[in-house]
This record gives sequence, structure tokens and C-alpha cells, in this order.
Amino acid sequence: MHGLINRAIQCFVRDTYGPSVWKAVAQSACLPHSNFEPMLLYPLEQTEAAIAATVRVLDRPRDSVLEDMGTYLVSHPNVQALRRLLRFGGVGFTDFLQSLEDLRGRGRLALPDLELPVLVLVEHAPDRYTLTVRAPVAGAGHVMLGLLRAMADDYGALVTLDYLGSKAGDEEIAVHLLDMRFSSGRPFELVAPGG
Amino acid sequence: MLGGDLSRFTQIAGGMALGPAALNRLMPMHLALDAEGIVRTAGPTLCKVFRAPMLAGQTFFSLFDVRRPLGVCTVLDLRRRAGDRLSLVQRGGTGQVFRGIALPMAHGEGLVLNLSFGIGVFDAVRDHALTDADFATTDLAVELLYLMEAKSAIMEELRELNLRLEAARQEAEAQAQTDTLTGLRNRRALDASMGEVLANGTAFGLMHIDLDYFKAVNDTLGHAAGDQVLREVARKLCEETRQGDTVARLGGDEFVIVFPGLVERARLATIADRIVARLSEPIGFQGHDCRISASIGIAISSMYDRPTPGQLLNDADEALYASKNAGRGMALFHGSVPSGVRMDG
Repeated sequence: MHGLINRAIQCFVRDTYGPSVWKAVAQSACLPHSNFEPMLLYPLEQTEAAIAATVRVLDRPRDSVLEDMGTYLVSHPNVQALRRLLRFGGVGFTDFLQSLEDLRGRGRLALPDLELPVLVLVEHAPDRYTLTVRAPVAGAGHVMLGLLRAMADDYGALVTLDYLGSKAGDEEIAVHLLDMRFSSGRPFELVAPGG
Repeated sequence: MLGGDLSRFTQIAGGMALGPAALNRLMPMHLALDAEGIVRTAGPTLCKVFRAPMLAGQTFFSLFDVRRPLGVCTVLDLRRRAGDRLSLVQRGGTGQVFRGIALPMAHGEGLVLNLSFGIGVFDAVRDHALTDADFATTDLAVELLYLMEAKSAIMEELRELNLRLEAARQEAEAQAQTDTLTGLRNRRALDASMGEVLANGTAFGLMHIDLDYFKAVNDTLGHAAGDQVLREVARKLCEETRQGDTVARLGGDEFVIVFPGLVERARLATIADRIVARLSEPIGFQGHDCRISASIGIAISSMYDRPTPGQLLNDADEALYASKNAGRGMALFHGSVPSGVRMDG
């Protein structure tokens, strides 16, 4: 698994619960190191071990830990880059939703060895979609759920999201768009100020 | 059959005329010029760059300067260059650079130009506060901006990784226990080893060795010869000592050996004499014989009520200088020579 993903788990734990909790997680996961480096590659088992240890140490359900992680990824001040990169997906939340299938390609454009989840969006009606998430880590759909919730807030859209379950490794999320201009959302400029 | 196809083609080509709204969506940075070079319509993104609600009615050459090809100053020149790649600069304003192409309209003497920002898109987006909607749906400008930002984010990660690696390297260097030239222990390892032996309550003998005539080897045969001598000395010192002894190089041509459990003067003297003899053997380097010798000072921890590493090293060092002053190529014990000899020179 790409270090960027492992590093995201580490930063989520560190920024949300503090460095000492991450230390406990790294120990509990029996990681051969105490830090994931974002630009190195790690065996997949270490990713699973880190998630399982986080769930153990926090003593919370895996699903809700993963969902919080997804929310963290696009809303915490320490990880602004990812939120900005996702906002390139489109002007509004609907555009963004439809750009999700390109996410994997966009990831590879930036980092050829980055394996992001396979995302498939099926449109049932202009306001109803199903998003299918396929990833090597079980529960990636919950990460996506948290991420979508935070991105909806970012765009100022009112949506309901439901985790439908997992079928043969494919996790499904139902998306219902209620109001695309619910709030003003957070501003986004194509070129970051001062960047 | 052929005639029928041709007439259909003509019909399609004839029907290509687009209304301004469609033209604006397809080419938000287009300009339509009439035969006199007066702007008839201009795309909304161009209007934004020029900070004008509309550009229609102005002459093309009052808005733009054609940088390349050279000598394009009239509509006639522009027509002659139809289909060529153009490089334009905005007159006034931010001096925005464009690249573009001009092609004649199907009817009349007019021209249509389509422009883009080229690589200047990053500055243009910032300077003119452009958004997704200012680019044609088919334009890859936003992907380019995305890529630029992704690249910067990754460069930042790599920069931080390099900083962490550099810090780790310095840390590892600071904790290193080995002298890289000879493979012997270094000063830090020597201190740790002496501290450990003293803490265990084990008595030990300590030799401080300084090479004689080493500077002459360096000066006459160069540093490569000097390094070779130091490596040979290290090899011989290891051969003349036991497994559990600590052989360290303090830097330059100074060495220290710790002999845990060995405090007998006669045995230490024998070992020291053998070391002096071995180090006095010539060392070959590229056909030359490097001739050195060694002076040794010895201290023994059991001679002290409360031995400390600092005291022992200091006393061995004094005995070493006594050996140097007494003629080099010999070993002396601390306290075995009168202070007058020790302090001389």
C-alpha cells in the first residue's frame, strides 16, 4: 500500500487523538517502525494492522473510525491539499460526484504507483445515485462516506448518504441530493492564494 | 452518388454558422474580426481579461500586439498568416500573453481567432480570478492546474521526507561507534566501554599509543599513504590484542587500548613492547616503505582508589609524552618516570 494512505491513517490518529495515541497504535499494530513515510511503499498487511490497532486502541466500532477518517481527510486544516485536489473535480457537488470515477486516474496522474479505490457511480435519477467502492482494505466505503459528507459541506450541498453494505468486496453508498445550494460552502479558487 | 454526397457536405458546411451564445460556450476566448480588423464579437473570458464588458467595436491591433510571426500589423497580414501559430500580448492591462490561431470566415473578408493562455495559465487564473466556467468544457486547463497543485503537494512531501532522512542521518552519525577509516571503535565507543568496565568493577590496563614519524609519511607520500598506514596499524593492534579488549582510534594518529582484567605490569609491558616492535616494521605503499614507530603510555586502574576514565586517560597520556621525550619507540608506565623527564619538551 502506498505510504500516502498509511500516512493518512497515522495523521488522522495523531491530529485527532494526539501523538501518544498514535504511538500506542503503532506498538499495538507491531509495526516495524513508528512512522509511515508518505512517499514509500509498505506491505498491505501493515495498513490493515494499523487500522485494526486504531480500532483496538480507541475501542470504537471500525465503521465509525473509518468514517471519521474520511471526514478528517477533507476537513482538517493539516490536510488542505487533498481537499483542494478533490475540489478540482467540479464546480458543484453534482459535478464533483460525477468526477469521482476519474479519481483513480487523477491519483495516478500525480503518483503512478498510487492505488486509489475503484469508484463507479450509477445514476438512477438526477438526484439519486449509487456509488460503488472497491478497495483492498475492507471498510473503504466508510472512509468514502465520511469524505462525501465533508465534501458536501464544503460545496454547501445538502445530501443524505446511506451505507448499503458490502457485496463480494464491493461496498455501496446511496446518495440522495436534496439541495445543491443549501449553504454557501467554503470558497475555492483554482490557484491557491499565494501559491 | 458522389454528387449527392458532395451536396450534403456543402449543406453541412453551410450550416456551421453558430450564434454568439454557442460560440461563447465553445470558444470562450475567441474573437471575430471584420474586414477592417474591428472586433465584432469576443468571448467572455477575453472580456474578463481585458476587464471590459465587451470588446466589440474596438480594433484588434489596439487590443493586441502580435509578437510572432514578426511584421503582422494589419488585417491583411493576419489573413496571410491564417492557420499559423500566433503569439500575442495584451496591450496595457496585465500584459497577458496568448497563443492562438486566425482563420478566415467562410463568407466575406472577416477572420475568427481562437486564443489560449498556454503555459501562462497559472498566472492568468490568479490575475483574472478565473474559474472552471471560464474555460471551454473540453479545455484541459483545469487538469493542468490540478496537476500543478498535485505536483507541488508531492514535492512538499518529498522535501519533508528528505529533511527527516537528513535528520536521521545526522542522528545516526552522532550515535556511531566506529571510526570509519580504520573500522576501530571511536572516542564515543571508548568512553562507553571504559564506563562499562568501571561500573562492573573490573580492573583494567589502558594503553595510549601515538605513532612516531607519522607526519613525515603524510608529508612525503601523501594522505593516501597516511590512511594506508593507519589501516595497517589498526590491523596489527587487533592482532596483538584479545577478543574482549577495546581498540579505539581517537583521531589523527592516536590510539587507545582497554584491557579488561589485565593489570599485571609485566604482561602489559610485554604486549606494549610487541606492539612497538610490530608497528616499527615498514609498511608498504605503492613501492615505498613507510617507516613509523610508536610511543606508548600505560595506566592501570587498580593503582587508583577511585579510578575515572578521565584520570586514567590523562595519566596514560602523560606517560606517553614521557616515552616521546625519552626517545620514542618505547612504552612507559604512569608514575615510573621522574616528573622532570615527563615535563621536558
